[in-house]
Amino acid sequence: MEPGYQHFQRSMALRKWKGRMFHLICMLAILLVLLVLATLLYNIIEQGWHRINWDFLTGFPSRKPERAGIYGALIGSVYVISIASVTSFLLGVGAAVYLEEYATRGWFVKSVHINISNLAGVPSVVYGLLGLEIFARTLGLGDSLLAGGFTMGLLILPIVIIASEEALRAVPPSIREGAFALGASRWQTIWHLVLPQAFPSILTGVILAISRAIGEAAPLIVLGALAFVPFAPDGLLSQFTVLPIQIFSWISRPQAEFHEVAAAAIMVLLVVLLSMNAVAVLLRLKFQKRSDI
Amino acid sequence: MKFLGPIGFVSVSKLRLKRYFTERIIRISLLLCSVVSILTTIGIVSVLIFEAGLFFAEVSIIEFVTGTKWTPLFSSKHFGIWPLLTGTLLTSFGAMLVALPLGLLSAIYLSEYAPNSVRQILKPILEILAGIPTVVYGFFALLFVTPLLRSISDDVAIFNAISPAIVMGIMILPMVSSLSEDAMRAVPRSLREGAYALGATRMEVATKVVVPAALSGIVAAFILAVSRAIGETMIVAIAAGSNPNFTFNPLVPIQTMTGYIVQVVLGDAPTGTLAHKTIFAVGISLFLITLVMNLLSQIVVGKFREVYE
Repeated sequence: MEPGYQHFQRSMALRKWKGRMFHLICMLAILLVLLVLATLLYNIIEQGWHRINWDFLTGFPSRKPERAGIYGALIGSVYVISIASVTSFLLGVGAAVYLEEYATRGWFVKSVHINISNLAGVPSVVYGLLGLEIFARTLGLGDSLLAGGFTMGLLILPIVIIASEEALRAVPPSIREGAFALGASRWQTIWHLVLPQAFPSILTGVILAISRAIGEAAPLIVLGALAFVPFAPDGLLSQFTVLPIQIFSWISRPQAEFHEVAAAAIMVLLVVLLSMNAVAVLLRLKFQKRSDI
Repeated sequence: MKFLGPIGFVSVSKLRLKRYFTERIIRISLLLCSVVSILTTIGIVSVLIFEAGLFFAEVSIIEFVTGTKWTPLFSSKHFGIWPLLTGTLLTSFGAMLVALPLGLLSAIYLSEYAPNSVRQILKPILEILAGIPTVVYGFFALLFVTPLLRSISDDVAIFNAISPAIVMGIMILPMVSSLSEDAMRAVPRSLREGAYALGATRMEVATKVVVPAALSGIVAAFILAVSRAIGETMIVAIAAGSNPNFTFNPLVPIQTMTGYIVQVVLGDAPTGTLAHKTIFAVGISLFLITLVMNLLSQIVVGKFREVYE
């Protein structure tokens, strides 16, 4: 054999070995990520599961960890999320319909798009500063549910607009052209044909946006949402707390018993989030099946 | 139309008129909806500028930008942003040390190695990781990672920069890996096939063809992820401490810009006091830094698109 060929064989073997090692390292990297996720979940369940019971779900925060519950925070979260989703849904879908169906491509659409992608990158705590000045002080809503809901609504608005725009873009133009040919006006076309077709994927986007809002604590803390609320909010102007803030305040206490309560509350939060994600996935699947037919 | 006679014609034109006005009103209300997003930006910028302006009327901007002591809540007040800045840099840089290699390797695995069936399992799991609320990561940092690090070394304080940095790295990892994977999958197949035809191994194709070709997309993903880490609040508020130290030691308590804002609003600084105005000065710095990073990543992505379309 020629020495050159031998050299090639040796270097080829080395390159193949390197390749196998690299494949292994890539796999290890992703396995490490999975391991961390598993550790995180195990750690929380291990500390929290024995605290989950009916009294915990229906009780109020207490200075005694064994009596602490999350009812007030749960109801607060439901209120804030409802206000935020209604606001962001109406504004977001409206904006997306205007940008996709009405506006002509030009400086306005372009500047709104640049604006939206920058808004999506603004830290959530800065939205809290906005809500504090505009909703809480200028509009006089204080640390109420309405102020919190509106702030959260603005926070997820960019996500809702982007998702709705994509959903509208996926509706084939032939549907609009057919309606126009039959004499339908633009709004009739949108309301009766385009929106119903785009609705499932809009809804998927909105649910994913809401599941981000459920876990957010920082903007509401800045807004002045309280950490210790021994009552359920009774109206839109009521003071409130939400699950993530309640969890934050329990984590911040030195006693290990409160950390267990926090872990139990985290389990509730994660179950809510996972079921919302599951709904979004199911909607997506159903939608895909229907469009296949 | 003329067969309907004059009465029919009138009713049709009335209908037209009504329809014209409805369409007009709907169009204008939809326009207003899209203006709200612009108003939000204007609102954020003007609130920050106005309140920070009140702050800078009392504190010199030079002290703010160059000072290395941050003690607005003490009796001897110093307003130098640097301790908060180093705290933020320390945690986000640490997060990138975790997210960059792990995220890139995961992305290479998902895009170049994983069979489709494995990808379809792994991607939703990464999405779960991306959807975990940040308070949960804070819990994990303070009550799992910190005790673990303290059992390894006695030098690690209860509140420190390294534990939130590691956990923040895990938090932004799905973002790094999914955006980089998108960039890698956008690399045309022909480039890979050309390299294979020249006898390259899979690793050589991945590291010498695909990654360089997707580099601008990957860089953009990293910049976005850093920006997310800089703005992240709850993990550092829980696990990093509230000591604005001008230090690069990751083992001691520090404070980030976001952590400071949370500390002030949780405290009892009354509205209108200088201590309360500081959060807007810190807020505007945070806003500017993340804005620059987002614009930077858009510019990088813009260049990337020019190459492939």
